[in-house]
Amino acid sequence: MTATEANGGGTILELEDVHTFYGSIHALKGITIEVREREIVTLIGANGAGKSTTLRSINGLNRPRRGTIRFQGQVITDAPAHKIVKMGIAQSPEGRRLFPRMSVLENLQMGAFQRSGKDKDLHSDLDRVYTLFPRLAERKSQMAGTLSGGEQQMVAIGRALMARPKLLMLDEPSMGLAPIFVERIFDIIREINEQGTPILLVEQNAMMALDVAQRGYVLETGTIALADEAKALRQNEQVRKTYLGEE
Amino acid sequence: MAEEAAPTESSPLRPGRAARFIPRSPVGWLGLLFVALIVLWLGRNLVADPSEFFSIFFIGLTNGAVYALVALGYTLVYGILQLINFAHGDNFALGGLVASTVIVSWFGLGGDPSTGAVVVGIAVALVIATAFSSALGTTIELVAYRRLRNAPRLAALITAVGMSFILQDIGLVGWGVSFRTIDPLISNDVAFSIGDVGFQWNKLTVLALTVPVLLVLTWLVRSTKQGKAMRATSMDMDAAAMMGINVNRTISFTFALAGGLAGAGGLLYFLHFSSIRYDTGFQLGLIAFTAAVLGGIGNLSGAVLGAILIGLIEQFNEGLPLWSPGSDWTRSIVFGILIAILVFRPEGLLGERTPEGG
Ligand SMILES: Nc1ncnc2c1ncn2[C@@H]1O[C@H](COP(=O)(O)OP(=O)(O)OP(=O)(O)O)[C@@H](O)[C@H]1O
Ligand SMILES: [Mg+2]
Repeated sequence: MTATEANGGGTILELEDVHTFYGSIHALKGITIEVREREIVTLIGANGAGKSTTLRSINGLNRPRRGTIRFQGQVITDAPAHKIVKMGIAQSPEGRRLFPRMSVLENLQMGAFQRSGKDKDLHSDLDRVYTLFPRLAERKSQMAGTLSGGEQQMVAIGRALMARPKLLMLDEPSMGLAPIFVERIFDIIREINEQGTPILLVEQNAMMALDVAQRGYVLETGTIALADEAKALRQNEQVRKTYLGEE
Repeated sequence: MAEEAAPTESSPLRPGRAARFIPRSPVGWLGLLFVALIVLWLGRNLVADPSEFFSIFFIGLTNGAVYALVALGYTLVYGILQLINFAHGDNFALGGLVASTVIVSWFGLGGDPSTGAVVVGIAVALVIATAFSSALGTTIELVAYRRLRNAPRLAALITAVGMSFILQDIGLVGWGVSFRTIDPLISNDVAFSIGDVGFQWNKLTVLALTVPVLLVLTWLVRSTKQGKAMRATSMDMDAAAMMGINVNRTISFTFALAGGLAGAGGLLYFLHFSSIRYDTGFQLGLIAFTAAVLGGIGNLSGAVLGAILIGLIEQFNEGLPLWSPGSDWTRSIVFGILIAILVFRPEGLLGERTPEGG
């Protein structure tokens, strides 16, 4: 496995007893998780468990009412979303959320919006994305709204990478993809991580997620039901039954 | 696992450009007949008296340019918030009233002023009216619309209607009920002629002030970072925030821009039509809003096109000597054409076919 477990790595992201609401709906009821340097951490759980809400609490779109979120030691619980991106958290959100009437290239450039960036950097970052997803190079002037679901997913991930994130969050990157493509996406996730970016990965596909991650959390109706090494979770009786579909 | 359908617009195969104009129903043929009649009417007048035709065209173009400045504000704000900012027309009128104060009371440009005084007076009035309406637009967003951003659309709409009345009342209290008038500041001497058609200084001035504003605006929205932020915010606010865009600031900027255009429009209106009062913004606002819808709301070039079309339709109807219904019918004709166009292109002339409509 990777060196992560051996040297433990510093903590880059920490959520402590986070409570998040939608109006009066109590969606997160005290979430405590952490992501360390160079790690892939996965968040699995049934529909409506609160996985996306956890990401929206971190990125500033749904401020928690209680609890603390720390990124690189700094409290970001109440920071506005655009500041959090500038600090280095980028993501590929649930539903991809591309800019439909912008081209693929423009979408990728939007990913680098907050970097005061020189054009030279932008070129090398674009090259990196095109190397990971050669298909996007072919499609760069097509409107994002007219891409296939799989292609949109590639743009969403590529766009997040363009921010040069210190932490990458992916919300169901395999959603709606053909099985062969799911494999490819997980290879790419591994590759991005090996290039040095820690990843917080939300997935329905628990099997693949636990395969690629070092550690995992199981979310059940707004609380953490289990937290362990990915290997251990794969062996866990309850996880096998509920999330891996094994008898 | 099946490929998920794209959440946004699908890409239907579009028929060729020409094919789009071949009607597929009796209503379509009726529309074509309508267009043919208009072309015939314009053609007849053009042949009868070309120089009269072009001088009327020029007046329509100038009026349209003034409408365009106001129409752009509706379209900018709608594009980003999907809100019809009813207070926009009244912001325009207040801008015009402020300009009238600067020109009449501060510079005393009533009688027969020197060219130098006129130029300085107009320049100062332009800066002050633009700044005033810009600040007013931003303030209205901040106090009235911001909190309602996630509320049902109707709540924001009603608030906008309320703001419109409040601004009218401010205009009424501040400037009284009578029209603020001025003798034409800029001469209507002919600056140059092409053939028999003379181009007058006063109309040229309006165009000379409007065209650069439109060019700068286009450049701002298409090519600058701020413009990119506006486009992204208009497509998906949350996604824009995830890119590091300060959404609140971007929306404030949009209102400042729209307000500034309204202020400039107010000044030009006062110069061009020579009179303005607290409720001028109601009528002109409706015309400008109509222009924005006609062109395709949310589309900048569309707003300009719609405004110029309305300016031309009005003038042709009121000025062309042959077969014109005359000024009693102007509004009916403007709106008749609007309805006809929307029946055939609900998204407006240059609007995009999106699920939420135009
Ligand atoms: N905008 C909203 N308004 C009200 N309730 C919401 C909203 N978004 C989510 N919820 C509720 O919050 C809870 C958590 O939702 P969340 O989207 O985080 O689930 P999830 O784990 O990401 O599920 P899925 O796997 O289906 O994406 C759910 O009960 C959901 O109904
Ligand atoms: Mg989710």
